[in-house]
Amino acid sequence: MRFQRRFGQQHATDIDMTPMIDVVFQLQIFFILTFKIVAPEGDFNIKMPLAGPSVSTPIDQDLPPLRLRMEADAAGQLAGMALNQTPFESFDALHQHVVGLIGNDRGPDSFQESAQLELDFDPQLHYRFVIDAITAVSGVLTEDGQIVKLIEKIKFAPPRGSP
Amino acid sequence: MRFRSPEIPDAEVDWTPMIDVTFQLISFFMFVINFTVAEVDQRVQLPSSPLAKPSEEVWEFPIFLHLTTSGTVVAGGAELALDEVKRFLLRETELLRYQDKSPDQANVIIRADSATPMELVQQLIQTCRDAKLENFHLRAKEEKSTRGNSPLGQ
Repeated sequence: MRFQRRFGQQHATDIDMTPMIDVVFQLQIFFILTFKIVAPEGDFNIKMPLAGPSVSTPIDQDLPPLRLRMEADAAGQLAGMALNQTPFESFDALHQHVVGLIGNDRGPDSFQESAQLELDFDPQLHYRFVIDAITAVSGVLTEDGQIVKLIEKIKFAPPRGSP
Repeated sequence: MRFRSPEIPDAEVDWTPMIDVTFQLISFFMFVINFTVAEVDQRVQLPSSPLAKPSEEVWEFPIFLHLTTSGTVVAGGAELALDEVKRFLLRETELLRYQDKSPDQANVIIRADSATPMELVQQLIQTCRDAKLENFHLRAKEEKSTRGNSPLGQ
């Protein structure tokens, strides 16, 4: 009697790829639909403590604040600016001046830590110029993308025309 | 003479390259997906700054206020006039009190349009101060280029 060798017979096993492809496409559609391109955003901190009677309450009484006056034309464009009466033609010049002021005086109880800036602007001045001014005085962007802080205490002067 | 028709082999689609590409795409989307709810509004075009880096710390109790050039504020999904913002803020501070928190622990994030007059920003800040809020963050979008020499009025 002869036995057929069944163990040696191998059938090609076909994996049904259809469910996997279905799921993969579902996933892909989900990711495509939820994909949002949002530009990275950052914040500039402004501390406005309520302790004092007005917006211009000094943050720190030790040093007189630096005062940046920003003037605007009728269209809200920047017409001129001066830091403690010293005029500046560009934000870059202002930035270089602040870098020189702060120098290497850093760490606890340093000028960099205690310096405060009051922004005094015309009411019609556009917001972007204030952001430019804060950018110029608040930090330096190094080559490796790190931010070296300059003046951290920034506040707004009371609105012009307010008591 | 009889001719035999040539046997046509079964046509099989090779799925391998398509699955490869599909998996690559899924991997890409998985890496870039961001589940944080970004509070953005198309009506507001933020100014840009090279120092506006995304913050690593998450603000506690953020209150987003989008200020448009016309002086309306988009908050909580609704467009409000400046004098209506106070009611919205009172509701927010009431919610904070339910959580045993004080308004000074909240963080107001102001997203103002780059062409908004500062007068309106000041008014908005004053409205927030009236609601006992005192932590403010002025938002700007990150600028990739290095600081340029920005002459006045440009």
